[in-house]
Amino acid sequence: MIKALLSLMVPCGSVLFLSACLPDIPETIQQGMVYCAEGSPETFNPQRVTSGTTIDAISQQLYDRLLDIDPASGELIPALATQWRLSEDGKTYWFTLRQNVQFHHTAFFSPGRTFNAQDVTFTFNRITHTEHPYHAVGGAVYPYFQSVDWSSLVKAVVAENDSTVRFELNRPDSSFLSNLATDFAAILSAEYAEQLLQQSKAELLDQKPVGTGPFFFKEYKKNQFIRYYRHPEYWRGKVELSQLVFDLVPDNAKRMAKLLTHECDVVAYPRNAELKLIAERPDVEVQSQVSMNVGFWAFNTQKPPFDNVLVRKALAYAINKDAILDAVYFGYADKAKTLLPPTSWAFYQDLPEQQYDPSKAKELLAQAGYPRGFSMDIWAMPVQRLYNPNALKMAELMQADLAKIGVKASIVSFEWNSFRRKLSEFEHDSVLIGWAADNADPDNFFRPLLSCSAAGSGSNRANWCDPNFDNLINQALLTADIKQRRSFYLTAQLYLDEQMPLVSIAHSKRFQAKSVKITGVTINPYGGISMAAARKAL
Amino acid sequence: MMLHYFLRRAFLISFVFVALTVLAFSLSYLFPGEVLNNVSGLTTIEPEQRQALIQYYALDQSVLMQYLAYLNRILDGEWGLSFSSQQPVLAEIFAVFPATLELASYALILSFVLGIPLGLFAAVKADHFFGKLISGITLVAYSIPIFWWALLLIMLFSLTLGLLPTAGRINVLFDIPTSTGFMLPDILLSDISYKSEAIMDALRHLLLPAVVLATYPTTVMIRFTRDSMLMVLEQSYIKTARAKGLSRTQVLYHHGLRNALLPVIRQIGLQFSTLITLAMITEVIFSWPGLGQWLLDSIYQRNYPAIQGGLLVVSCLVIVVNMLTEILHTLFNPLARKV
Repeated sequence: MIKALLSLMVPCGSVLFLSACLPDIPETIQQGMVYCAEGSPETFNPQRVTSGTTIDAISQQLYDRLLDIDPASGELIPALATQWRLSEDGKTYWFTLRQNVQFHHTAFFSPGRTFNAQDVTFTFNRITHTEHPYHAVGGAVYPYFQSVDWSSLVKAVVAENDSTVRFELNRPDSSFLSNLATDFAAILSAEYAEQLLQQSKAELLDQKPVGTGPFFFKEYKKNQFIRYYRHPEYWRGKVELSQLVFDLVPDNAKRMAKLLTHECDVVAYPRNAELKLIAERPDVEVQSQVSMNVGFWAFNTQKPPFDNVLVRKALAYAINKDAILDAVYFGYADKAKTLLPPTSWAFYQDLPEQQYDPSKAKELLAQAGYPRGFSMDIWAMPVQRLYNPNALKMAELMQADLAKIGVKASIVSFEWNSFRRKLSEFEHDSVLIGWAADNADPDNFFRPLLSCSAAGSGSNRANWCDPNFDNLINQALLTADIKQRRSFYLTAQLYLDEQMPLVSIAHSKRFQAKSVKITGVTINPYGGISMAAARKAL
Repeated sequence: MMLHYFLRRAFLISFVFVALTVLAFSLSYLFPGEVLNNVSGLTTIEPEQRQALIQYYALDQSVLMQYLAYLNRILDGEWGLSFSSQQPVLAEIFAVFPATLELASYALILSFVLGIPLGLFAAVKADHFFGKLISGITLVAYSIPIFWWALLLIMLFSLTLGLLPTAGRINVLFDIPTSTGFMLPDILLSDISYKSEAIMDALRHLLLPAVVLATYPTTVMIRFTRDSMLMVLEQSYIKTARAKGLSRTQVLYHHGLRNALLPVIRQIGLQFSTLITLAMITEVIFSWPGLGQWLLDSIYQRNYPAIQGGLLVVSCLVIVVNMLTEILHTLFNPLARKV
């Protein structure tokens, strides 16, 4: 009996050398990698989300974009577009498309042609043309594109021939190319969409994806896993991994346990508290990367008393950021002065730092007409994010800080999807959340987070719409001169400091823990993770 | 005689089902939010749909008619949509239920295989050291909180020794097509080339959760088998049998066991609801993708149609199992039929 049990536990020696002793295991398993992710994707179409969890899981694995960002230099490099050119007035872009790029051949779709200009026009017209058959599929929600006001920017996307696409803009926009290089601007298959339309199953386009990326979609079990297989005809060359599984493990402790038992090869977002501990193990490697992100506390500026700038400033003075940095980020983050991280070229070096000063906070509250304080809700997001690894704990610290100035805070949290829905409906008083940049352009912080158009699409968590601020960030886009742009952004940061629609708290480093057998999985500072170059040593 | 008994049972059960459906039905009204959303499971209802939906769900009629319409839908398998996924609740339940059933049945089998012999042994050797040892261990195992026990096992076998996986039903890289929803049969039915490895892997994933879940029913089984065996051994017919010259083992198996196991069968039914509750805890700890995990997620997401559906399925299951063990008990024990 005991012998039988033991042999069950330890098939030929040790489970660590699974592949060595199980010769019948096919290559799809031996060369398969398990990435343990922190949550389930909401959709399989990157156009329709901004959540980092979803983007990590789908964008770089399944799709390609016209342009990519070089992770080292932050510069734009060719992807599906081999070259591009801009007209004199800065309002027309021409892209030459790559030839012989194959779409995925899956159980539900066999491509009849290679990638061409039709796919590009289909992808972008879906977002802008309200009469497009796919526009309303999934509720006509394109949060990233809505937040950068894409529909008013792009006048037309025209296929000049199979390999040339022309983008006509209504005004010059220096962040346009950067937006095309984000994970959200993934190119979909027009042929697949057409086929689904004929079968009246349009909604499947976003559930059973087809792209040109390094892996193709096999299966998704909600809250359990996503299974991808290698795309054999990937245009960039051979993908080493034959199978890629996203194991969905929302619980941090469980994710760590699975790394230690080798059930996960790569683990997203290890807990900062445990980084030192796991880094000591010989079979685990911890990687870190400076990342373009910010964790902040946004006030619902349409709701009293948060419509009063004095109240917002008072609350900002009341928060002890140093304590938060220690307790929540374990020192693995930089204290934030403003929305932009210090690595951005538009960062305002000389901006005065927000001080922790409860007596000043009380004074401001009294000026605002709340000498006895008030009570409010702090919404703490229920999931762990890079920019905020533990919102509940942060909320508890802030609760104590706020009590000192007479503000009674209650902490509110829901399941992530409901949480985000209620946030977009602006049911909150204030919320602890954050943002991870999708490209290197500073506009990517200001516009999606605080512009009026973002307030409309719900990604402006402060519900803040200020024409002065919008004017500043719009002006910054009209010029390609980086000095001029920079001065606009400095003014914008100063203005934010005065208005305080949100309190920036920290810029965190991004960590990832992986088995030493895995190489080639690097964290991208500008967006989703990519497994195209991953390898597994046997 | 037997038929009469079954009819009476069925009659009683039907009352329980009515009470249960009334409760589930009323939840749509008791939960926060609009009744129409709770009943249909649609998160957004267009104004132009509204009238048609109200008619469809008979919300413009009396409560009795609404209830009858609800019963009709339940029987037709139309249980509304889940708030979070907008997929039919019943289909989701069917997708997750086999995993729970699989885990619970293996645990139950394990508890039979271990519990009954150990209980018998403890009764026969009641005054012996081993008998006392078994009783002692049983008491400890019975008192251990299951979540703590599970974590201890994970720490020892998974984290420290690295022998067993911590979560899931099978290595996620094994691409096993779902046909029945039960993992082991699915592997056998699939046309993969590495069946034996897959079975082995599935068993390794199954071992810890099954042991954890089996702990409680095993202790119950041991205690009841032991107590009832001790009682039976005191009976005069046992003494008579011994006096007639039958050997100790003969008496034990022919006269003792059958009579001693009768109350044990009944216990299975009574303990089944506890088993299901424990299965839910076990599922959460081991990320076992079953009904328990699904139901807890639904509660966390305030997914009312799913909570309603899950409640109905779980309680129906408990009632059905109770009824079956009751019948089984009766088949073995003619005395019970007269009661």
